[in-house]
Amino acid sequence: MRHLTEIRWHGRGGQGAKTAALLLADVAFQAGKHVQGFPEYGPERMGAPITAYDRISDNAIRVHSNIYEPDFVAVVDDTLLHSVDVTAGLKADGGILINTEKTAGEILPLIKDYPGKVYILNAHKVCMATLGKYFPNTPMLAAMVKISGVMETDVFLREMESSLKHKFARKPEVLDGNMKALKLALEEVVECR
Amino acid sequence: MSQKTRMSGNEAVAHAIRQINPDVMPAFPITPSTEIPQFVASMIANGEIDTEFIPVESEHSAMSATMGASAAGARAITATSSCGLALMWEMLYVAASSRLPIVMALVNRGLTGPLNINAEHSDSMGARDAGWIQIYAENNQEVYDNFLQAHRIAEHKNVHLPVMICQDGFITSHAVENITLWDDEPIRKFVGEYNPEHYLLKEDEAMAVGPYAVSNYCMEAKKAQAQAMINAKQVILDVAKEFEELTGQHYGFFEEYCLEDAEYAVVAVGSVCGTAKDAIDALRAKGVKAGLLKVRVYRPFPGEEMAKALKRCKAIGIMDRAESYSGNGGPLGAELTAALYREKVTAETVNIMYGLSGRDVRVEDVEEVFDWLEKMAVGELRFDVYPYLGLRD
Repeated sequence: MRHLTEIRWHGRGGQGAKTAALLLADVAFQAGKHVQGFPEYGPERMGAPITAYDRISDNAIRVHSNIYEPDFVAVVDDTLLHSVDVTAGLKADGGILINTEKTAGEILPLIKDYPGKVYILNAHKVCMATLGKYFPNTPMLAAMVKISGVMETDVFLREMESSLKHKFARKPEVLDGNMKALKLALEEVVECR
Repeated sequence: MSQKTRMSGNEAVAHAIRQINPDVMPAFPITPSTEIPQFVASMIANGEIDTEFIPVESEHSAMSATMGASAAGARAITATSSCGLALMWEMLYVAASSRLPIVMALVNRGLTGPLNINAEHSDSMGARDAGWIQIYAENNQEVYDNFLQAHRIAEHKNVHLPVMICQDGFITSHAVENITLWDDEPIRKFVGEYNPEHYLLKEDEAMAVGPYAVSNYCMEAKKAQAQAMINAKQVILDVAKEFEELTGQHYGFFEEYCLEDAEYAVVAVGSVCGTAKDAIDALRAKGVKAGLLKVRVYRPFPGEEMAKALKRCKAIGIMDRAESYSGNGGPLGAELTAALYREKVTAETVNIMYGLSGRDVRVEDVEEVFDWLEKMAVGELRFDVYPYLGLRD
């Protein structure tokens, strides 16, 4: 496992990419890591492209800059592949995770310049099967944990369950749906190159 | 007596406020302020603290109400950011000259324009002559620890001045990082009860706060205020020592990182110092004697102490995250250069403008500064005006 893993999230305002980045920092902390989770702030508009970052390390983190050469990238909205250079600086030995309802055959031509691993997840399908509503950040979080290996997936599920239990103490049905979404996303994420 | 956890810089300050449980907190509850008043309002609503929160209609009123509460004898705090501080301007001077021990949580964000409220020091640096003590932080841990020490400094009988606890907007205020929180009981004991000597609601003592003073008396009052700022130096060190005995965290006027044998030094304020430390480690591994002086206390300005710490350097880069539009450099550049002159430090110096309006600073950017310093030391490079780091052509 890497001593320092750097992750960049691309999403659109309102989709929860910032929340996913902060949740990942949170759960990685629970697993004993040093963490940094932060969004890049600009004009805050629903639907506008946004970027958020995670640093996860075994050692204390001092650097306070954005991430330019991430190990992994998550794209929460596949329409960004047409407008944002999502693989900029992405390490060849890392990988990119894309939330899409499209097939691998349709997605791969859009990122043909990136030589590393490409993963896709149909978060819409996962959400509808488990939550009944579209919150793509929850399944994307699980898929990112799996592809990046920042922690063991069973540790991840255990820590998520304990923090969701605390957060939704009065809504046990929300806990159940979210846990199912996380588990299904771990199964559904596909390595397509 | 501590708990390791993770939170943003805003949450860290709110946690400090919860532990202190101040009497009154007037604040403007929306942008340009931050989540800090919102977090505190939630704590009050949840019954965790019994602070009187006054939502006011402007930042000018926020400072006015904080002053009123403080003058009445309450432990009073407020929080703001960016143009919110600018709207307090008139009252900042009145708070300091009235010798009110107010504590303010300031999230450093730029002043317009172009319209932008990302990380910059132009808000607090503009207020540096208002008579407030100013203490800055590199990360969430430091802003938390600084806030816990602020009341002890402000309320000390030799000081009686307001204190601004500053952190970099978004970079630390909105970023979640690891932090160690200290237990409530020892912290409450450390901060202590507030027992003012003179206050407006004291039954058996008539007094006025902020009255007119004729020229015959004004200058003496200003000299007394200036003396209080000088007195604050010893108090800041004493409080830091006591805080270290409690927590093991060491604080002073500034932090010296690899500075003892440094030939090239960067002097900076705030979150960029963490990035500079990574740059210095990389350069040291290549044999470059690089070091950092991280300014924690800007008011009172520890010019003599900083100059002495930099005495052996060949070249010094002084980094400012606020323009002065003076044609002569930024605030830290101007003040530290004067202090170096008084201490007869003959190192080459350059004032560098960086990170304005949230412009990101990478490890490579700080390495470039050290490259400049190495060239300056041997006469290969000289700047006629102060350079902008990372400026696009």
